[in-house]
Amino acid sequence: MILLLMLFVFLLAIVVGNELISKVPPTLHTPLMSGANAISGITIVGALMCAQFTHGLAAQIFGIVAIALATINVVGGFMVTDRMLAMFSSKKKKKEGK
Amino acid sequence: MDGFTPAGLLYLVATVLFILGIKRLSKVRTARSGNQLAAVGMLLAIVVTLVSPEGGVGLDWTTVIIGMALGALVGGVMAKRVEMTGMPELVALFNGFGGLASTFVAVSEFWGRYGEHMTGPPKDAAEGVVLGGGVWAIAIVLSILIGTVTFTGSLVAMAKLSGKISGNPIILPGRHLITLVLLIGGIGAGVYGTFYGEGNTAIMLVGALTLGAGLFGIVSVLPIGGADMPVVVSLLNSYSGLAASMAGFVIGNSLLIVAGALVGAAGLILTMVMCKAMNRSLGNVLVGGFGGDTSSASKGGAEEYTTVKSAGTEEAAMILESATSVIFVPGYGMAVAQAQHVVKELGEEMERRGATVKYGIHPVAGRMPGHMNVLLAEADVPYEQLLELEKINGEFKTTDVTIIIGANDVVNPEAIENPKSPIAGMPILNAFESGTVLMVKRSLSPGYAGIKNPLFERDNTYMCFGDGKAFLVDVLAELKNS
Repeated sequence: MILLLMLFVFLLAIVVGNELISKVPPTLHTPLMSGANAISGITIVGALMCAQFTHGLAAQIFGIVAIALATINVVGGFMVTDRMLAMFSSKKKKKEGK
Repeated sequence: MDGFTPAGLLYLVATVLFILGIKRLSKVRTARSGNQLAAVGMLLAIVVTLVSPEGGVGLDWTTVIIGMALGALVGGVMAKRVEMTGMPELVALFNGFGGLASTFVAVSEFWGRYGEHMTGPPKDAAEGVVLGGGVWAIAIVLSILIGTVTFTGSLVAMAKLSGKISGNPIILPGRHLITLVLLIGGIGAGVYGTFYGEGNTAIMLVGALTLGAGLFGIVSVLPIGGADMPVVVSLLNSYSGLAASMAGFVIGNSLLIVAGALVGAAGLILTMVMCKAMNRSLGNVLVGGFGGDTSSASKGGAEEYTTVKSAGTEEAAMILESATSVIFVPGYGMAVAQAQHVVKELGEEMERRGATVKYGIHPVAGRMPGHMNVLLAEADVPYEQLLELEKINGEFKTTDVTIIIGANDVVNPEAIENPKSPIAGMPILNAFESGTVLMVKRSLSPGYAGIKNPLFERDNTYMCFGDGKAFLVDVLAELKNS
């Protein structure tokens, strides 16, 4: 039953993702990709949960690397997307200023 | 499934923030707030995980703090420092890291349990898993498989994008057999290890799965040429989402499942858009070997051209002087030459002279989806002037001058005129219909498809040989002096 629910959630999320993105203009393809990429860093939640199991140095290093990788993905991804999108919107303001 | 707890409800809020964020990312006006909304969702998810009774108890804070500080520092510095031209590599790299993190989640979940002398997968909630038995085992295998392929595939893509390894397809002998063996062997080892393995044997078998998946990622991206990277990068982006989703099945967390699936769907849509723009199937791209040195029929070398006219900076400036409408068609060459700023200045100079200026952007121009748009946005070109293929193609007929900078295959009329051409049927920008075409290019060398471009020989085409940036800087100077 739980499996079935989870599969429902998975499939519905794919349908929602499809609907949300099917009409995105090409101008936004790169920011969309890098923003989505940052969201895929959600695996950080899993990495954090696994940090409970750490026994010993090897496991600890393992946990640090996993969390660090996911954090790079999340922090870097959102920041770089914001940088790109700032370029898209700053122009508009300048234009209005003219 | 997450229990009906405060933490579970807050995860639900984070999920909604992701969905709203992605929705807002699909419109220029709202995109920035969409990204910020998603970031807030992520922050919420992380904080909840750290403080909730389910996640927070027994957490090894040293590991968490060192890991997050390290990651935030590295990610932040990279995001701040990257040049806009280096964006495809960075996106590929981040993507790979996300994939590897998902692999680690699955491996550590697996290791954590088999370290305690287990045989076979844990069965039910009593043994500390949400989804037990075969489902648990399969989720572990898929998570490691997809995560690792994402990681190594992204690294190869990154190396190709940055020129560290050749952008040409690298064809290994018997590569289809190799990929098949790696894939089936890896999955076989993983399935056996997770279902029936005991202690160390199980761990070694799962190690074999990881190794096989890693090599599979490398061997499958190597034969794909540099200009097909927009497809590869989008597909790997989709994989990184699916890997996170699978990790969600492993630890029984629906936030991971939903967020991962959203990204998986987004990446897949972009992949399909890119394939359609090249009139090729995804399978055709993934098999690789396209372009580079492989096409034998017509190599498109300089010797094949007979009636090429060329124009120097002075002539080009004279042509532009009398133009009342101009379309720029940028390609990967503009990114290489870093010519986006001078292109924009030239565009402004033409506007000052009363000409209308537009930009025609082919969906696969550059090395990632939307590459040209980002570069031109960096140079402050208003995005209203950037027109996609369908919108601009009707306008070439009434345009005086089209300036093509570092693009080749995407303006090759063979796609329309020669049904036998390898690129037949690929949608192109109909630049050849405009009054005059200025083709700014280093040489007569062929584009990625490795074929001759008859546009070079047209009566209305002038080849402008040289570095894109240097040439346009000189043209701009001439125009300003006249």
